[in-house]
Amino acid sequence: MNDLRLLTGLILIAPLYGATLAGLWGRKLGHKATHLITTGLVGVSFVISLYLLVGFLRGTISPWDGNYYVWGSIGGLDIAVGCLLDQLSVLMITVVSFISLLVHIYSIGYMHDDPGYQRFFSYISLFTFSMLMLVLANNFMQIFFGWEAVGLLSYLLIGFWYQRASANYASLKAFIVNRVGDFGFILGIAAVFQLTGSLDYATVFSQMPQLATQQAAINIICFALFVGAMAKSAQIPLHVWLPDSMEGPTPISALIHAATMVTAGVYMVARMSPIFEYSPSALTFITIIGTLTMLLMGFVAIVQNDIKRIIAYSTLSQLGIMVVALGVSAYAASIFHLVTHAFYKALLFLAAGSIITVLHHEQDIMRMGNLRKYLPITFATMVIGSLALIGFPGTAGFFSKDLIIELVANSPLPIAPVAYYALLAGVFVTALYSFRLLALVFFTEDRTVDIPRDHLHEPSKHIWVPLVILAVPSILVGGLLIDTILNNYFAQAIFVLPEHNTFADFIKHDYHGVLGLFLHGFISPPFVMLVLAALVSWWCYFKQPGLPLLLSKKFSVIYFVLTNKFGFDKFNEIFILPNVRRLGTMFWKVGDVFCIDGIMINGTVKGIGLVASKMRKLQSGYLYQYAFAMVSALVLLLLWIFYV
Amino acid sequence: MIFASTLSVIIWLPVCAGLFMLLCDNANWYKPISRHFGLVISVATILLVTNIFVTFDTGLWQMQFVEQYAWLPSLNINYALGVDGIALPLVALTVFMTMLVVIVAPTQVDAQKLNVFNATFLIMQGLMCGVFLALDAILFYVFFEAMMIPMFLIIGLWGGEHRVFATFKFILYTLFGSLFLLVALLYLNFVTGNAANATASFAISDLYNLPLTLHEQKWIFWAIFIAFAIKIPMWPVHTWLPDAHVEAPTGGSVILAAITLKMGGYGMLRFLLPILPEACWYFSSAVIALSLIAIVYIGLVAIVQADMKKLIAYSSIAHMGFVTLGFFVIFKFIFPELTPDTQQAAVLSIQGAMLQMISHGFISGALFLCVGVLYSRMHSRLITDYAGVVNTMPVFATFFMLFALGNVGMPGTSGFVGEFFVILASYKANFWYAFFAAMALVLSVSYTLWMYKRVIFGAIVNRNVAALKDLVLREKIVFAMLALAIILVGVWPNSLLYYMQSSVEHLVAQITHVK
Repeated sequence: MNDLRLLTGLILIAPLYGATLAGLWGRKLGHKATHLITTGLVGVSFVISLYLLVGFLRGTISPWDGNYYVWGSIGGLDIAVGCLLDQLSVLMITVVSFISLLVHIYSIGYMHDDPGYQRFFSYISLFTFSMLMLVLANNFMQIFFGWEAVGLLSYLLIGFWYQRASANYASLKAFIVNRVGDFGFILGIAAVFQLTGSLDYATVFSQMPQLATQQAAINIICFALFVGAMAKSAQIPLHVWLPDSMEGPTPISALIHAATMVTAGVYMVARMSPIFEYSPSALTFITIIGTLTMLLMGFVAIVQNDIKRIIAYSTLSQLGIMVVALGVSAYAASIFHLVTHAFYKALLFLAAGSIITVLHHEQDIMRMGNLRKYLPITFATMVIGSLALIGFPGTAGFFSKDLIIELVANSPLPIAPVAYYALLAGVFVTALYSFRLLALVFFTEDRTVDIPRDHLHEPSKHIWVPLVILAVPSILVGGLLIDTILNNYFAQAIFVLPEHNTFADFIKHDYHGVLGLFLHGFISPPFVMLVLAALVSWWCYFKQPGLPLLLSKKFSVIYFVLTNKFGFDKFNEIFILPNVRRLGTMFWKVGDVFCIDGIMINGTVKGIGLVASKMRKLQSGYLYQYAFAMVSALVLLLLWIFYV
Repeated sequence: MIFASTLSVIIWLPVCAGLFMLLCDNANWYKPISRHFGLVISVATILLVTNIFVTFDTGLWQMQFVEQYAWLPSLNINYALGVDGIALPLVALTVFMTMLVVIVAPTQVDAQKLNVFNATFLIMQGLMCGVFLALDAILFYVFFEAMMIPMFLIIGLWGGEHRVFATFKFILYTLFGSLFLLVALLYLNFVTGNAANATASFAISDLYNLPLTLHEQKWIFWAIFIAFAIKIPMWPVHTWLPDAHVEAPTGGSVILAAITLKMGGYGMLRFLLPILPEACWYFSSAVIALSLIAIVYIGLVAIVQADMKKLIAYSSIAHMGFVTLGFFVIFKFIFPELTPDTQQAAVLSIQGAMLQMISHGFISGALFLCVGVLYSRMHSRLITDYAGVVNTMPVFATFFMLFALGNVGMPGTSGFVGEFFVILASYKANFWYAFFAAMALVLSVSYTLWMYKRVIFGAIVNRNVAALKDLVLREKIVFAMLALAIILVGVWPNSLLYYMQSSVEHLVAQITHVK
């Protein structure tokens, strides 16, 4: 097992080393050396991860759980920095390092003229390290480290262009909202520690079956941990930071806010499945939140005009699907969707970035149109990405989404039927905004402004090559992996109670191989939804182009609600923020300044002064006053002696 | 290798050197070396402390390197020094932070004043070490009071506009508290003499496990508690701190936040918890409530501050809330009987509180230095006078970011460890303790990074910011050392826990011994 220790150590250290070099000596290294070093080192991580993944798929490597060093030891409790390499984490690190590698390459082109070039590479390498740390953690302290570190890097990268007020606002918002989630997460960790007396996954998970009777404690753990996941994986109502995070450079949106970090919450719940399985109420709650997020955010995507925001809302909606899958105990399907989503969503973002570069940072799809003529590669890859997103039979997204829909349909959870129909509606909505995006960007009339025609061509190879590379898994990875997933690949890593397990049922009754599933895809309800959406889009954007405007006027209330994104932001801005500030000011001015300083402190000082000034009057210097005082005191004393 | 009386040398070398520097201030022969003399002495004490670290036996809870001489034999008062795992990290923090202040001083004060400035800080360093090293209650008290004199001078001499008011408030507050402390110590001394064939003693270890009734303990508790609560400071006796910080020069703020506040925590650990465990248990709910108020209420107050120094001062109070929380939350589960489980949680809690003290020393010191760097260039502490500093001071902005992250308790920095441990332990006592304590996660980000955003990010707003110069070498050295310390403790807290372990375990055993 020593070589596993070494290899996983390398996976972690390589990007950290690259980040340190680029961060501390970036200026001396120059552009070229910086991107060669950081990209190369992330490449090292990817190659090792892939090697390990292949080993796991073939069954030649078995899980490894070990520690590198003891971080803190307190009264017999050792908290270590270690690594849990199993079927789940090896798949995750391969995806993370692969997307990160492509984003590194893409950024060489995308960030070419940016003055913060080295800083950018340092950040994304550091992000990669943090994400790998999160995934490979074998205890709760370490996952919290990774959890917070990816949040930090997300903050730094959203605010990468620090001169922009909007970017600074968005980055701070992201951090604060994520911290609200971390507040839940750390409480969950404390609750785990209280219940089991340990922070190691292995120890904690092995105790869960015996502790299953302590329903209240387990519920608290699960709800608290899920609050953490809600912030990181942007579930309602803690999703508000994700759309704003689009202020960051586009490669970041692809890497962090689509493929990797935002899926950390999903990964975490899957990893903690041995705990969540024992909390039916938490699972129900998870299903509800996921369903709401999936549907509501999908609706919002329909009315957005910013190309990145459309994809961002689409990400929210897709995360909702993953969360629904978690809720019905289909953890494996959720992770499967996470993986396929990582590829096609990164592809969509990077393709959007390609368009944005070409159009000189124009992001409004109302000022695009007919771009397929100028950007054939971007067009082709974006179509592939969109097909995968809507789950067109045969693409990667199809297999994962279809699996989730089937499993939700079979789930014994009382809420599952609602989730099932919501998912079907979600398929329609997803297809609708995807077709709208494709239509308005690549078809219809050319509405670009101020762009010289000779600038309208595919950007550098650093940008389009990653698109082409990503297009391949966006189509293939679903079909390649589904057999493995259904073959109980995650059996050792993910725990599902037998009564929650709909997997076996599905395999027995509904699964007849990849080809069968593929063909079945053309006659299943989701496909009907796709066709419907295609018809509607065709009608709205080709047949009757004036229709969307008309509809938005006719249903102005709905349109208003959607463009205001259901008012979550407004609520925070109008209700929460001013009141927090008001509370702070009140505590300060009334509590500290008036009560404590004014009454307690100055009051005491003044009181002493007052008493002293009265006492001073007694020392009048008049002999008759002193004599009177002495005589009356004597009389009082005598009276007291004789009569008491 | 360690020579006898190292602890005395650690205390008196800087004090004597400081007095010497004051005496020679105008001597012609001294002028040429005056610039470096302070630093030489400071580095010398650092070496001595390093030597102690190397030779310290981490397996022992007992006092090590003990020195004892009769001081006032008629009252049985001794000059007794010693160091254990609780005092050692604080002594190290003291000499480390003072050295940083001395290194960075030339960028903060005029060349003519530099010598006197350094001398004052060296004297204070020696006296502060004395507080942590004293084994005799009266000796402790003398150091505890004496170290305030240079602090008053620092604020009073080199402070801001309202320095006299701030110093006055500071003096009144602390004197008020320490008088009660003295009364309590005298009473305890009286009790030690009560037992058959015993002589009254002021040795701190003789004060432990005295046969005090709960009624007596309650009275003594408040007398001692108020003294240390003011020092920490706890809500509601905290209002001297923002004023003192705002008026203090940078070096004064650094030492005040990094070390002076820790004396309150150290005092509680040395006196309150082991001497009066039953009273601590009796009042634990009240103290926990005050700690949680400090964390939440003060966190909210910090958000709305317009003055950077005030903001950091309030953040200090909130962070010290974790220290008192960690100390007192243990009383919720260690009685009536210590199980391995609760023993572990108690050790976790106290170790967390101690790490929080050390970490807060680094981080608040660093943040006050950051404000000092800006103040020395722009002569303003108001957030609104700044924006876009990153454009002209990128190196500074990077360091400031790291320290700000420490302040928000980011894992990987020292700020995380203490808060994490204390939250874990408080959950053991009560869900709601952990709930309110964990709110610090959200609040600290709000006040720290919101300030950071307004000061550092954005476009340049005015000509003053445009003219800013980035860090000079001395500032870089100081910031780099602080950054290393913060990250080292963050990624490997065992480097400190290792030293505290035995002493803290013994302390917990001692507290529970009574019942």
